Amino acid sequence: MKLTSINELEELRRVISSKDPDKPCIAVCGGPGCLAKQCLNVRDAFINEVSARGLSGKVDIKTTGCHGYCELGPIALIYPQGIFYQRLAVDDVAEVIEETIVNENILNRLLYTDEKTRKPIKNGNDIPFYNKQMQLILGNNSRIDPHSPEDYLAVGGYTALAKVLGSMKPENVIGEVKKSGLRGRGGGGFPTGRKWESTRNTQDDIKYVICNADEGDPGAFMDRSILEGNPHSVLEGMIICAYAIGSNEGYVYVRNEYPLAVSNIKTAIKQARELGLLGEDILGSGFTFDVKVNRGGGAFICGESTALMASLEGKPGEPRAKYIHTSDKGLWDKPSNLNNVETFANIPLIINKGAEWYAGIGTESSKGTKVFSLVGKINNTGLVEVPMGMRLREIIYDIGGGIPGGKAFKAVQTGGPSGGCIPESLIDLPVDYDRLMEAGSMMGSGGMIVMDEDTCMVDVANYFTHFLQEESCGKCVPCREGLFQMGGILTRITEGRGRMEDLALIKDLAGMLGDASLCGLGKTAANPVLSTLKYFEDEYLAHISDGKCPAGVCKNLITYGINPGNCTGCGLCLKKCPAGAITGERKQPHTLNTGNCIKCGICYDVCRFSAVVKE
Amino acid sequence: MTIDESKLDSIINEYKAELGSLIPILQDIQAEYNYLPQEAMEYVAKKLVIPEVQVFGVATFFKSFSLKPRGKQQIHVCMGTACHVRGSKNVLGELERKLGIKAGDTTPDGEYTLETVNCVGACAIGPVVVENEEYHGQMTPIKVEGLLNNR
Amino acid sequence: MPGNTQKPNGNMVTFLLNGAEVQADPNWSLLEAIQFYGIDIPTLCHNEGLTPYGVCRLCVVEIENGTRAKLVISCMHPVTGGLKVRTHSNRVIKTRKMIMELLIARCPGSKKLQDMASRLELKEVRFEPLNDDCILCGLCVRMCDEQMAARAIGFAGRGADRYITTPFDINSEECRKCGACMYICPVCELRCQGPQAETTLCSGCINTEPVCAQNFDDAMCFMVPCLSCVKGPDDVK
Repeated sequence: MKLTSINELEELRRVISSKDPDKPCIAVCGGPGCLAKQCLNVRDAFINEVSARGLSGKVDIKTTGCHGYCELGPIALIYPQGIFYQRLAVDDVAEVIEETIVNENILNRLLYTDEKTRKPIKNGNDIPFYNKQMQLILGNNSRIDPHSPEDYLAVGGYTALAKVLGSMKPENVIGEVKKSGLRGRGGGGFPTGRKWESTRNTQDDIKYVICNADEGDPGAFMDRSILEGNPHSVLEGMIICAYAIGSNEGYVYVRNEYPLAVSNIKTAIKQARELGLLGEDILGSGFTFDVKVNRGGGAFICGESTALMASLEGKPGEPRAKYIHTSDKGLWDKPSNLNNVETFANIPLIINKGAEWYAGIGTESSKGTKVFSLVGKINNTGLVEVPMGMRLREIIYDIGGGIPGGKAFKAVQTGGPSGGCIPESLIDLPVDYDRLMEAGSMMGSGGMIVMDEDTCMVDVANYFTHFLQEESCGKCVPCREGLFQMGGILTRITEGRGRMEDLALIKDLAGMLGDASLCGLGKTAANPVLSTLKYFEDEYLAHISDGKCPAGVCKNLITYGINPGNCTGCGLCLKKCPAGAITGERKQPHTLNTGNCIKCGICYDVCRFSAVVKE
Repeated sequence: MTIDESKLDSIINEYKAELGSLIPILQDIQAEYNYLPQEAMEYVAKKLVIPEVQVFGVATFFKSFSLKPRGKQQIHVCMGTACHVRGSKNVLGELERKLGIKAGDTTPDGEYTLETVNCVGACAIGPVVVENEEYHGQMTPIKVEGLLNNR
Repeated sequence: MPGNTQKPNGNMVTFLLNGAEVQADPNWSLLEAIQFYGIDIPTLCHNEGLTPYGVCRLCVVEIENGTRAKLVISCMHPVTGGLKVRTHSNRVIKTRKMIMELLIARCPGSKKLQDMASRLELKEVRFEPLNDDCILCGLCVRMCDEQMAARAIGFAGRGADRYITTPFDINSEECRKCGACMYICPVCELRCQGPQAETTLCSGCINTEPVCAQNFDDAMCFMVPCLSCVKGPDDVK
């Protein structure tokens, strides 16, 4: 059905919303974490169980996008009560249907148990992981089926578009976005409204709106989850942007490694076209806009806007000098406006609730919420959405539940490979664009990788440098040659061959990278090294002058051995050792021949008696 | 190898032979052949009216393209930051040892191709290994054996 | 001035070049304007007959915009009124030397690079020499495309693995063996013919301060370590 006016859209929404609000619905999380934990088997079991009991049509079962709390997957929410069941297995399904859906009882064993009170919590919103969050962007993920435009309409989808087309001039839309204080969620944090304004002010018949969904930051998956879970919200943001800047053509550039995101956004585009929300004469307004999906080829550099555009033009993803802005000459030399997924997803909110409301959230310089992927050495891994300005401590301890295994917190890495490591001493830092920058890191796209005492900071710096060396396009000398040499120096240090002069050389290279590189990748590439050198210089010195890796990570600097006092001679390590380095009789303490040892760490992991030691 | 030009034509025509669709066209060809045969790249250059060196440049620039035939089973080890700090290096090392190949290579019997990937976006369950399309979370060197149970 | 194909017209803009107020055509690049006023700054990937590519970054200059100063590459930055440009500030010199050090480490055998390094008074190379023969400046790629209209060579791979090649790494029918790529290559020209020419890293032709006189009577090199005294890369510590 093609909608030809705003009235028809609102009529459709009225019909959809008038469905029985008390009809039970089981929303199974289909995010990447739950998928890996076989949530689709659980979902299929629900479908089979419901039909076996003749309840088909009486219970809705949907697969939604990511709910965020990946640690507890597979997760399902039971509506209308909002019961949060976690770690579901296929075997639990029959009982859930019998008890919760039919008899309306709650199964305590499937609820989340509060760490402190040891009491089960029924409603998802009351779980500590969720109750400190402000899920403006992610919140709808647990309520809608990404394949259902009706679900999106039912939660108020496309009202912002209707408002814009029906009652706002493009200038007013830009004014509203400017007033909201929204800054780009992709990395740099450039004010979105100003970007739109300069693209609007460039005169041209053809302009492009580009959605950057090439989320390349390792350790970040929020854009994936938004695009998979709520693709229409991103589309709505793009259509509004196109209206504001005067564009009729758009692209979504999405990572090929995210097949579900690719298919969900393609489906959403098709549905939006059928509904008359995309294409010619949108909702009878006379405004025309359509979107194509382009899959990326696997290159981190394509997160850089000019590299992304080069790749859209069928060329290798090499950035170009930005002395001429993309708002003047972007894709195919036409004025182009590029924002990332999360930025677009914020737009409908700003239009619906108003710039003033939006600007009331967050800090002086950073407005609204930000989605972070809280991962690494943390208890509650997953996606969290918090207002800007929340302190790192609250995110890591209150929401994230602290560090597993009673280990000590060492640092949190934010901003992806362009960001830096923030040490324990700055744990009370409020998280916003500027404060992170002051601390030597950056917001980036929102990766938050927690590191504990077992993480070697030199190894982390080496990891990022090699990542960037591999992902650099190789066009300009500073980035290509500079990172190559920087990587060599760091590898040397982690192998115990570092020299004291290396630290000065690293700093010289870092200065040159920042000053002379062509694009943002090179300019910020030294951040992981500089921030670890600033806050963890002692670890560098331990590698260089003592030949020790304090965290026990760098293979050349550690040796494995067996403590005969603890060894029971169970033979497990002997059996598992791939190098044949362990010998010994059963029930007798074993010995490890360091000459043959390849330091894979398997013996250390399998030993149940802490007999394998690492020095 | 001989390539089926009509198959290539249908892929190229689906994108209206647009220059901007070079990457998606190559992706679809790779999905068809499991790698990018040289003849297919030459054909694409001809049809899109672009220099062969541009097609070759794009095919070697992006990591998802392979110019060599790949194994029946694809194993991708995620080397994202979250997986790295949880020990993906050791998982990769164990896979390399068990398969007897280095990352980026294919076993001589053409069964397995082992590749690294810079983040698959499943950071919460790292370290992650993707075997064909299936995600395996919280991997350890010990679990590698179970993954390659027939070797 | 070669390179300025367009004659200055009436609409000149005024900017500050090393403290002096000067005028330039707004269609010029900063590099063209700087060269017009006779200031010598190093360039490597730049050639007047080819489209600027902006990758060697040796032509960086410092521009001041309000309170912020930053480095830009002059070959691609447009001339705009009110710019404050410094071509030889400490920051600029330091950056150029570091880039040169990286280039020399990559291709220590190139006479052109050695001479440029000497002019920049680079005295020490702190990286191990790699003895490659390409610095990926892209002059040959642009020459082949823009002047010979052959497009027979191009870049392949990425990052540290980037290289210049023909399609599919095999002999190309597009290549007419015209030799334009070799003609324009800044690093494959004949190396310095001083003593030990095959293996040494020498910049004697520019240098006037003989440092290694105790070892070679005619060798002049002020690199530290003095690389003219070694036979090959393995000797470099």
